Amino acid sequence: MIGQRALQALIFASLLSAGAAQAAPPLDIKDFRGRVVYLDFWASWCAPCRQSFPWMQAMEKAYQSRGLTVLAVNLDRDRADAERFLAQFHPSFDVRFDPQGTVAEHFKVQGMPTGLVVDRHGVVRFTHIGFRPVDESVYEDQLREVLAEK
Amino acid sequence: MRLKHTAFLFLLCGTATMGGCASLGVQPWQRDVLAREDMRLDANPLDAAIDDHLYFSKEASSGGRSFAGGGCGCN
Repeated sequence: MIGQRALQALIFASLLSAGAAQAAPPLDIKDFRGRVVYLDFWASWCAPCRQSFPWMQAMEKAYQSRGLTVLAVNLDRDRADAERFLAQFHPSFDVRFDPQGTVAEHFKVQGMPTGLVVDRHGVVRFTHIGFRPVDESVYEDQLREVLAEK
Repeated sequence: MRLKHTAFLFLLCGTATMGGCASLGVQPWQRDVLAREDMRLDANPLDAAIDDHLYFSKEASSGGRSFAGGGCGCN
């Protein structure tokens, strides 16, 4: 995965249907150019995903101005399950839906959740499978490292 | 001749069922079914307690029935 061009895959992600209530526009690849993207694959039934949401929220708040974009891709088969989950967290970051797992397959997601750190050039730099609150600082260091690059 | 036919029939049946092996494995995002409450090995605590009692009274063993069954395999 590391070193693989991900921008093209993000275009792929732009095909995903957007949030429910608000008619979010399709993702525009231009918005991601030069940004560090934290791409997260999650589902409502996955317990560690529940733990990762507050963290992702905090990361976006802290590093948005330095170039971080958080993009969460939901893999629930049933959209209603995802909506119930989102109603508890009200994430400020963009959430997209991939009920068929097309994008997940493209990124070879091996576990739930999977977090990918994509650098400013569209290269996947870090991938972590699962989410352990004890490793939050490790994940954050990875983000800081990639954010520090030009 | 008849034997040949039977053998061919068996071969045909054999190959037909091999299609079932074409898509082995469940993708991580498809494990939602495994994560369901009723998929747990000890989904019914009363049932489990009765089983435990049987093991204890008939086999003089207790505990060690299972650990960490089912689930989504997250983390």
